Parts: sequence; structure tokens; C-alpha cells
Amino acid sequence: MWTFLGSDVMFFGAFIATYLVYRGRSLNGPYPSEILNIPVTSVSTFVLLMSSLAMVLGLYYLREGQKNKATLWILVVVLLGSVFMGFQFVEFREFAHEGLTPRTNIFGTTFFILTGIHGAHVTIGVIWMAFLAYSSHRGKLRADNSLDLEIAGLYWHFVDIVWIVIFTVIYLISANDGPPPGAELLHG
Amino acid sequence: MTTTSLTFPRLFPRPKGYAGIWSWIGTVDHKRIGTLYGVTAFIWFLVGGIEALLMRIQLAKAENTFVDPETFNQLFTMHGTTMVFLVIMPLSAAFFNWLIPLQIGARDVAFPRLNAMSFWVFLAGSLIINASWITGNAPNGGWFGYAPYSGVTFNPGMGMTYWIVGLNILGVASIAAGLNFIVTILNMRAPGMSMFKMPVFTWMTLVTSILLVLAMPILAVAGIQLQTDRVYGTNFFNSLGGGDPVMWQHIFWLFGHPEVYILILPAMGIVSEVLPTFSRKPLFGYPFVVFAGVVIGFMGWFVWSHHMFTVGLGPAANSAFAISTMLIGVPTGIKIFNWIGTMWRGNIRLNTAMLFSISFVAMFTIGGLSGVMHAAPTADAQQQDTYFVVAHFHYVLVGGSLLGIFSGIYYWWPKFTGWYLNEKLGIANWALMFIGFNLQFAPLHWVGLDGMPRRIYTYAENMGWEGTNLAASIGGFILGFGVLVFMVNVLVSRMQRKVAPADPWDGRTLEWATSSPPPPHDFDEIPQVEYRDDFWFKKYPETIAEYYGHGDDDPAVPSGAQLDEAVDEESVPVISGGAYGAEATESEHGHGKIHLPDQSYYPFILSIGLAIFGIAFLTDGLVLFAGAPFFIWGLLGWSMEPVNDPEPETP
Repeated sequence: MWTFLGSDVMFFGAFIATYLVYRGRSLNGPYPSEILNIPVTSVSTFVLLMSSLAMVLGLYYLREGQKNKATLWILVVVLLGSVFMGFQFVEFREFAHEGLTPRTNIFGTTFFILTGIHGAHVTIGVIWMAFLAYSSHRGKLRADNSLDLEIAGLYWHFVDIVWIVIFTVIYLISANDGPPPGAELLHG
Repeated sequence: MTTTSLTFPRLFPRPKGYAGIWSWIGTVDHKRIGTLYGVTAFIWFLVGGIEALLMRIQLAKAENTFVDPETFNQLFTMHGTTMVFLVIMPLSAAFFNWLIPLQIGARDVAFPRLNAMSFWVFLAGSLIINASWITGNAPNGGWFGYAPYSGVTFNPGMGMTYWIVGLNILGVASIAAGLNFIVTILNMRAPGMSMFKMPVFTWMTLVTSILLVLAMPILAVAGIQLQTDRVYGTNFFNSLGGGDPVMWQHIFWLFGHPEVYILILPAMGIVSEVLPTFSRKPLFGYPFVVFAGVVIGFMGWFVWSHHMFTVGLGPAANSAFAISTMLIGVPTGIKIFNWIGTMWRGNIRLNTAMLFSISFVAMFTIGGLSGVMHAAPTADAQQQDTYFVVAHFHYVLVGGSLLGIFSGIYYWWPKFTGWYLNEKLGIANWALMFIGFNLQFAPLHWVGLDGMPRRIYTYAENMGWEGTNLAASIGGFILGFGVLVFMVNVLVSRMQRKVAPADPWDGRTLEWATSSPPPPHDFDEIPQVEYRDDFWFKKYPETIAEYYGHGDDDPAVPSGAQLDEAVDEESVPVISGGAYGAEATESEHGHGKIHLPDQSYYPFILSIGLAIFGIAFLTDGLVLFAGAPFFIWGLLGWSMEPVNDPEPETP
């Protein structure tokens, strides 16, 4: 799993690098400063990070042999992950409504593909966790094979950490990005 | 996430036994998967070779009209893509699969079913790329698919979509295989085999696997970005939307240059095994060869922009990349001197495998030197996109990788099959390939420096390039004839069936300690390792003092106690039926006693699903729903399938 995560680091790394290189090069709006909603995304970021705590607790109780608590905390992971996905869905719809799609400008392209790929990772994680919650409920996932949950947890924490980076580079660093110098000349 | 007692209903019984097509589809045996890789890659090698020969016919004379320009574009694109992704990489993978568990004294790789999946996914990807010939839409944008030529504006056909989808599927296979070999090498070595007692081929496999795992995702990113540009109208490489085509070059070559080392390091590993065996000496400067390989793997990440000297990145970037590119010649040079040092005063046996390995060293040196030439940006400005570059990378890929792989084929063939390849035909094979190769590619240096551009389907009569091009074309056919001789050799040798013993070459590493071909469980008894080249020193304990007697700082030097023990009669293995038990048959030590993973068809099912996903991108999104059942069936079945079915009660 560690090797797979190494591979995934390069995967996200290339997308994030693409985003950073292309930052501030959109020739037409909407620009990040006009569209990003930082308070709302901070809430969803908080939700996602809390799911990592739930993940740790789930693994802890599984190892302690407390089946119901473990199942409950794994379900909390599923729930928080789903809430995060809900936020992302609403955000995407909002942006599309305000005229930002992957085709609009280079910010739209890099934003949607990067966060979309991350969203796909979260979705896979949610499905995986749901499966593990079911296994735990049925008593098939126990302290002696808790490695299964630990590996899934590694993946989950990784996806969270990637989100911290994405949140920083897209939402925090680019928050004030407006049109690049000279862009107004293009549009007369 | 296997939960051992959840069960998933089976539609087919789990394949058992070792015969019939189902046993191959369900196989998880690393040796059989290696064979599948090898055979498939060889078929693609013939396809790629025919593509090359068609191009050489076209270029044999000026203003030729044998193929039209569009077909020529497709030929060079598919030739490059095929040879890189469908030939050299999987042929290396065939050796990884066959040899790594044998060399480290393991019974299989760490994740046998994942290994099977790698192969089936590779097969799916390779079929999708080549299906483009049948549908008449072969990719035509070069193997590096430069945007914007590969974008939908300038390249509206389906060809580049085939290329992207195929490569992304192949990427899945490569990453899975890379993960598998990293974990296998790190965790499954025989007791006593520390990292610095591993054979060099194993070391190079480890470095290659790390490169695969880190480089292939970058290719996936490039592919996804290009695909969304083409299909959904995003702006990654579209300058009107704020994107930049140079970005493609950066991302592609950030993958592409480590890829170069993915192609050459396995061949370096093979040569590092063949040369010591046939020189009857240990590899000269083992730690240097290993570290040089690791350094190459590391520095390979810092040289990608030397493919882009003429883009106009500015003097600072060009100088930095020129320096790093020239520096990477240092570890490569170290290896070359170590190989020569290995042969120096050795008791050399010149057979086919050895001839291929020596030619590897010579040809790779030439290719390396021309590489250092265009590491200088000023020189590169003249050489960029000419046949000089073509000559350079064919000297390292054909003269390097391919000759190394052929050396490996001749060297390990008796181990793989239990019979020798014919030496006379082998030497004819080597001579034809060596002469043909040099006749084909050496003249291209000259026309290249003279300015003949690559990727152009023809040239004018008055350029003075006709003689050299004709020579190159003749050389190409001699090279092709050499490959034909190889196939004849396999058939003839199969009929002659000169049986090989377990250790036909007086080998040094653990794969020679088991029978030829090895039993399904590889080793009856997992070997205990004390030395580097352990098998050799246990055969010839009297040589231990000679090589290790006065080198106390050497990591492989056994302690005094170990030395005594090794010379002890009890622990010296006898080749047949001894501690390594080469002659034991399957019936004596069958599956009942040795734990082997059972066969599984789920990796195959999963790959079908993935292949249909790929087809969906080529046809219609709705096809995704056709692939999903296979994918989910494969995934769920796999994750809930126990590695071993409970043993049935024997009456």
C-alpha cells in the first residue's frame, strides 16, 4: 500500500504541478477571486479531516475487539466522506451555474480535473469503507485481520492529506487571483 | 481487504491442474505469467519489426511512393509505441517474472493474482492499441504524442484516442507489476540474503520497478489531460484557453526520461549476470554497479528537459539540464568499466549469450557517447529531430536493451524450458543481428549530421542521402533475417531437445540451484544464503578465501564462524538431490506439503472489464455499463476469494 501511495503521490503531484504552472493564466473569467467560496469549502475540509479521526477510532475499537463501536466509527467515515462529496457536488453545480466549466478557461480546466480526480478517490474510499463497515457488522472483519482496515485507513488518510494540499494551493493561495496583466486588452 | 470467510458465488469452478487453456487463464504461477509475457511481447516484436521494415522500404530510395505520408506517420508512431511499451517493457517483465522469485529464493511473487492481472491488463491494452490498424485509425502523432499535433484540432481522427486509452491501460499493468516486484524483492528474499547479497539483476529490477511505479502515473496524467482536451474541450494544451502545448512536453518527458531507464536497466541487469558467469569471475565492483544503477534511477528524474533544448526554455534551464545529462553519463561509464573489468583476465567462454552481452557493452557505449554529444544544447540544436537522434536511441535501445534481452534469452533458455538452444544457429543469429544492426544504424549518424530530418516520409534525390539510406535498409533486412534465424533456432532446438541440467553454465545465482525447468513451487527447500553469489561459493567453497579472504570491510564477507560452517561438508550442496534438492519431483513434494496460491480466474475477468472500459472511450460512453459487470464481478470475486481453497478431505 505504501508503494501504491508513492505512485499516487506522483499522480496528484503532476496534476497539482499543472495547476500551479497554469495559475493566473486564464484569459477570461470567471477568475478564482470571483468564484471561490472559501468559508463553505473550509467547512467541507473540516468534515473530511474529521473523518480521519473517525478512521483512527474505528481501527482502535476494532483492535480492542469492540465490534459495534468499530462498525459505528467506520460508518461515520462513510458518512463524513459522503458529506464531503455532497459539498463538492453542490460546489461544482454552483460553479457551472455561474459560468465556470472545464471548457471556460484554464482555471476551470485545472480546477475541475484536479478536484474531480480527488473526488473520485474519495468516492472509491467511501465504497471501500462501506464494504468494510458491512464486513465488520457481519463479524468478518476482526482484530486478527484488522490489517485490512489499516490499509484502507492508509488510503483514506492519504486522500485527506492530498486534500489539504489541494485546499491550500487552490483555495488559499489562489483566492485573490484575478485576471492576468493585459487580459483586458484581449477582450477590448 | 480480503475477509477470508465472506464468499462470493462462483460461476465457474476454480481452475486446477496444469494443462489446458483454463490453467493458463487462471494461472498465478510467476513462471507461466513470465512465459505469457515473453510470447506476447515477441509477437508484438514481430509486428513492430514489420512496421520498421516497411519504413525502411519506403526510405530505401529518394522520392519513393511505397507508402503514402499518412501511412508513414502511422508506421513510425506505432513502431515506436510498440517497441517501447509492447516489446522491451514486457520482455523485461518476462524476465522479472521468471527470475526474481528464483533469484531471491522465493516460491512466487508477493501478490500472485495481481501479477496475473498485470499480464491480462497488458494484453488488453496492447490489443486495443493495435486494433487501431484494423479499424483504419492507427495513431499518427509520434510515440510522444506532442500537443497540439495530437490535439483534436490538428488530429481529428480516432488514432490518438486509441493511443491514449491503450497507454493508460498499459500504465495500470505496469504500476501493478512494479508494486508487486518492489514488495517481492523487499519482503520475500531467502533467509540470509541481505540487500547487498542480491544478484545485480534483482537490484536492477528493484530500481526499474520503483521507476515504473513513480513514472507511469505521470504518463497517466498526461493521457488524461490530452484525452479531456480532445473529448471534453478542456484547455490543458489549448493556447486559446490559456493552456500551453509546452506543458505536454514537460509532463511527457518527465515520464519519458525515467522510462528510458526503465527500458535499459533490466538489460544492464541481464548483462551483469551473463558476463560474470562466462568470465568465471565475480562481477567486478559489485557495489559500484549497484550504486551506479540506483544513481541512474535517481538522476533520471532530473534530465527530462534535454529532450526540449530547442523549445526555448532559456540558457539557465538548458545549462542545468545539460549538466545533469552529462553527469548521468558518469554512473553509466562506471558500469561499462565494471563490465570490462569483469571480463579482464577472466576465463572467458564465448558462446551466444556471451557474444550478445559483449556486443551490448560495445554498442551501448557507442549509443552513450552519441548521447553525451547531444547533451550539449548547442550541438543538440543541430541534431534535434534528425536521424542522428534516431541512430543514438536505436544504439541504446536495440544495441543496448534488445541485445541484452537476447543475451538473457540464450542464457536462461535452458532454465526456462529444460533444453538448450542450438549454439551454431545462435551464433548465426547473433552475427546477423549484430551486422544488420550496425549496417542499419551507423550510416544514420552521417545522414543525421547532414541534416536529414526524422519522421519525414521521403527525401529529395539531390540530397546525397540515397546510398546511406539504401545501406540502412539492407541492414534492416539483415537484422530482420537474424530474428528469423532465432525463430528457426527455437523450432530446431525444440526438435533436437538437447536436455539441459539444472546448472548448465556453471552459474552463480540461486536460479541455477533448482531443476530446469523449475517445479511449480520453485524450491523444494528454501535456500539459506550466506554470500553474494551464494550458489557458486557453495559449489566451490575453496574459492571463498580467494575472493573474500582479505576484504574485511566488504559487506558480503562472512564472519569467521560462517566461513567454517560453509566449508563444512554438511552444508555444501550437491547439485542433484542435495540440500537444494534439484531432482525432487512434484509427486514427492506436491502441493499437499508446500503452500502455493491456488489458481484464480478473477484477474482475467477484471481485465476484461477494464478492456471494455477502454473500448467505451473509443466508441460510446454507454459501453461503460457493459464493462462494469465484469469489473465488479472480478473485483468482488477477487477480494472475497480465499488465496487457497480449503483442502478437500482425501479419502
